[in-house]
Amino acid sequence: MRRRIPLIITFIIGVVLITGYFVTRGPFNTLYESFSDYFAIITVFAFILGGGSLLKIHLKRVSSRAADWPYSVVTLVAFLVTLVIGLFKVGNPGGMSGEILASGSWLRFMFDGVYNPLSATMFSLLAFFVASASYRAFRARTKEATILLSAALVILLGRTPVGAWMTAWMPESLAFLELPNLANWIMAWPNTAGQRAIMIGIALGVIATSLRIILGIERNYLGRGE
Amino acid sequence: MDVTLMLWIDAALTLMILSFLYRDNPFYKFAEHLFVGVSAAYLMAVGFWDHLVPNLLGKLFPSLMSGVVPGAVGRSPDYYYLIPAVFGMLLLTRLIDRWAWLSRWALAFIVGGAAGFNLPRFLDSDFIIQVQSTMIPLVVLDASGNLLWGASFSHVVLVLGVICGLVYFFFSVEHKGALGHVSRAGIWVLMVTFGAAFGYTVMARISLLTGRMEALGAWLGSIF
Repeated sequence: MRRRIPLIITFIIGVVLITGYFVTRGPFNTLYESFSDYFAIITVFAFILGGGSLLKIHLKRVSSRAADWPYSVVTLVAFLVTLVIGLFKVGNPGGMSGEILASGSWLRFMFDGVYNPLSATMFSLLAFFVASASYRAFRARTKEATILLSAALVILLGRTPVGAWMTAWMPESLAFLELPNLANWIMAWPNTAGQRAIMIGIALGVIATSLRIILGIERNYLGRGE
Repeated sequence: MDVTLMLWIDAALTLMILSFLYRDNPFYKFAEHLFVGVSAAYLMAVGFWDHLVPNLLGKLFPSLMSGVVPGAVGRSPDYYYLIPAVFGMLLLTRLIDRWAWLSRWALAFIVGGAAGFNLPRFLDSDFIIQVQSTMIPLVVLDASGNLLWGASFSHVVLVLGVICGLVYFFFSVEHKGALGHVSRAGIWVLMVTFGAAFGYTVMARISLLTGRMEALGAWLGSIF
């Protein structure tokens, strides 16, 4: 029962949604619309599950005084304070009926003052790591790495004013070799070819995996044991 | 909120994260853990008010939610929405070891839903349309019948590039001989794609870094 019922649920939901996509009227369409709504609602519960799991893990770390446990306190306090502010719309000028991210609300402050700078700086750090990774790739001296870095360099220079300035001296007959034009050509043709091959490959993979899941052949998502 | 206070918090958090460039340190760890807590709660709160309240609570308890959900006034409860509510609660049983197996039912709904949505959508937009878009003439002529070398070359690059890329992903046959050469050309096409993506990623990250430097500049400007 613990494994069979989930397989039946997956089969019914999958078949109804696929049929509802092609049959645009009648009960299948009604079910398609309803299941779409239900699907969106249930996935929001996954956020709650994520929050609950975060609480559980960090409370465990604090209670067992695991290594670096004071940082878990930081996570717990930040989580609970933001959650209370968000769920009860604390400091929201419009009260409970106001917009969740209304200007001047405390959650807006948490977003603009804490979340935004932290996430932007965290991702901007990658600029340094990307630079170091490209240097290491360049040192590898393989044909593939050279192609990758040459394409990246042309795109980087071609999309900035310095690229246009560097190749502005070229005669009209060689205008296609100017960096902005070369970057546009790479983006429009070889890049599209590669992306299309990847997309077709992914689509075939998704179709095959979806069929395996709906038919109950793929069961890894159920985990092990009963 | 006070602008100066915002500037100081912004700058302090930015410097804490950037301190990781030197090495892992308590300031970075503090900012990292703060980020985890704030972002998880922020997403939960936004998900609750943007999705759960109007789409679930507003449908089940319209009179109770009439103050916060526009259009809920006078609406009768739609008890069909107990289905996602029950499945959602079942998903949360994952947190209780004894009942964790019940969360598989909700997970089955999510996985079955994702499979059911994705199969026709990918078949249509990522397979049929992409194949269709690749069916282009290899020889391009202008209105008076003259060969357009540049356009023809670009079309050949596109068609051969897609074929070579697909051959690289075809693992049912060993990539030897002629197939090996085609597959190798496929790798080069993919490398150009990855290079373009890499270039764009670098630009995006540098633009974020520029934004952070501007924020630090504004903070320094407020001091001096």
